[in-house]
Amino acid sequence: MKLEGEVRIPSGCAISAVISKEGNLMTGESIIKSMIPMHDRSNGLGGGFAGYGIYPEYKDYYAFHIFYNDNISRNKCESFLKDSFEIVKAENIPIKKIPEITDVPLIWRYFVAPLASTLSRLQLDEKTYVARTVTKINNEINGAYVFSSGKNMGVFKAVGFPEDVGRFYRLDEYKGYSWTAHGRYPTNTPGWWGGAHPFALLDYSIVHNGEISSYDANRRFIEMFGYKCNLQTDTEVITYIIDYLVRRQGLTLEETANVIAAPFWSTIEKKKGFDKGKYTYLRTVFSSLLVTGPFSIVLGYEGGLMALNDRLKLRSMVVGEKDDKVYIASEEAAIRAMEPGATNIYAPAGGEAVIVNVKEGKF
Amino acid sequence: MKKIDAENLGYRELNNLLHECHCDATVTNCLGQRFIAAGKSSYNYVIEGISGNALGAYLNGSTIRVNGNAQDAVGDTMNAGKIFINGNVGDAVGYAMRGGEIYVKGSAGYRAGIHMKAYKEKKPIMVIGGSAGSFLGEYQAGGLVVVLGLDKSKKHIVGNFPCTGMHGGKMFLRTAPDSVDFTGRVNVNHASKEDLEEIKPYISTFCKEFDVDESEVLNAEFTVVTPDTKNPYKQMYVAN
Repeated sequence: MKLEGEVRIPSGCAISAVISKEGNLMTGESIIKSMIPMHDRSNGLGGGFAGYGIYPEYKDYYAFHIFYNDNISRNKCESFLKDSFEIVKAENIPIKKIPEITDVPLIWRYFVAPLASTLSRLQLDEKTYVARTVTKINNEINGAYVFSSGKNMGVFKAVGFPEDVGRFYRLDEYKGYSWTAHGRYPTNTPGWWGGAHPFALLDYSIVHNGEISSYDANRRFIEMFGYKCNLQTDTEVITYIIDYLVRRQGLTLEETANVIAAPFWSTIEKKKGFDKGKYTYLRTVFSSLLVTGPFSIVLGYEGGLMALNDRLKLRSMVVGEKDDKVYIASEEAAIRAMEPGATNIYAPAGGEAVIVNVKEGKF
Repeated sequence: MKKIDAENLGYRELNNLLHECHCDATVTNCLGQRFIAAGKSSYNYVIEGISGNALGAYLNGSTIRVNGNAQDAVGDTMNAGKIFINGNVGDAVGYAMRGGEIYVKGSAGYRAGIHMKAYKEKKPIMVIGGSAGSFLGEYQAGGLVVVLGLDKSKKHIVGNFPCTGMHGGKMFLRTAPDSVDFTGRVNVNHASKEDLEEIKPYISTFCKEFDVDESEVLNAEFTVVTPDTKNPYKQMYVAN
């Protein structure tokens, strides 16, 4: 069987997300429900979720979720991890066996912290070291794949329809202040679990509906900075672009949105003063990170969500709210499935970032 | 009128029920079911809730009323009939329609009226009460698009790049000609009294359906847009 990276996979998809601005915790039940009316946007070859705030008892540790092909790859990966990380807990991720989800790999979860001695020897900050470790495991340890590596958050994904994947991982037993979800519609897939969305690095996770045409231009640029795009999925490269722009370049999320979904030059031409200078600067300096072709994405990060459409808005995306909660989805029906009384339903314009943060101190 | 509860029904089951009843029907608890009443030639349908994508696709004579918002591609390739949306619509409403009428009380997303066309006696009509997103009437080849801008919370009656690739049909915007940036390949004029005669019957239908004061709607400046036949889309990509 050809794995991802060996075969090109264009995809359609459904996305959905919810966040409580007050940091109120929700179980995964409601986000699973949102995927049911959008069932036909997926074809059963990938579904996944990301939950934030779900590991409060281990919030100071990186939660590594890892797929293993077998115990040989597990032993190899664990001995690698033990060299440079303190592992406070290692366990199987609890699952529920259901007929809809088959060919289950070994699914493990580790709560880890990099050893202080390792960090000081390498003179690296913690996040850089963790990101490099994830890249190293995914590239060098055959049969091991880290699909979640943030603090107090976790990605859960599998081959299957999203509503089944949610039941499989027993998401009703987790509580988070924000959730994202994805249903995948690849037209040609080897059906590998790691290729499902969300795609995550550190606490950044991306769910994505679309098919970007700038993939190779983006990949060539981002690989100069140590990232390895080995899955050939659009989502992977978007995740690295966001990590690079936000964590390493220090751009705000708005500025990041203005890079990846930059306005047309003709639109920038009509802007005035500071804005015109800002858009011109971002498009010029990061021209290789402009993402073209259709996409709608939801980025999850510690304490917030950002939704963004491509500048031509070639994919649908709707936003709604109710009380302390904000809902985002490919279809209004998905929002209504979570909250029938949602108000202020609107579709953000192409390139218009919708950023929702949990109040400071509430997460 | 028969009532059909759409709760927990997939789109195939729901459409089969509509097809088998051979009668007018009200669909309640609709939540995203696609292709509702696609291709139907007769009977009236009322939808309560959120209709899914491609509502009334290939519609061929039926009348559909939606009490709520509709999603993407309403009236895709519609041939005849009427669709009334008592709310907003998503992207690409009236995609490639070549006949029939669509009335939207609220606003439309991107690409409303993309590739609308006309054929012999067929002339599609679309009236949007609120505002329209970018690329309104993209590649419009025929028919009539009217945007009224009645939603005062919206800053602009239309987004960026309206009428890109327009080469047939007509568009009316209830605003002054210089308030919108158009491509250089269309003629933009202040609508005369004679021009307005053409859209009056449809505005009248809109106002009656959604209980809007007709005289107030008409008592405003309108812009009429037509393709510039002296500057056509010719030899842009290939020498033909």
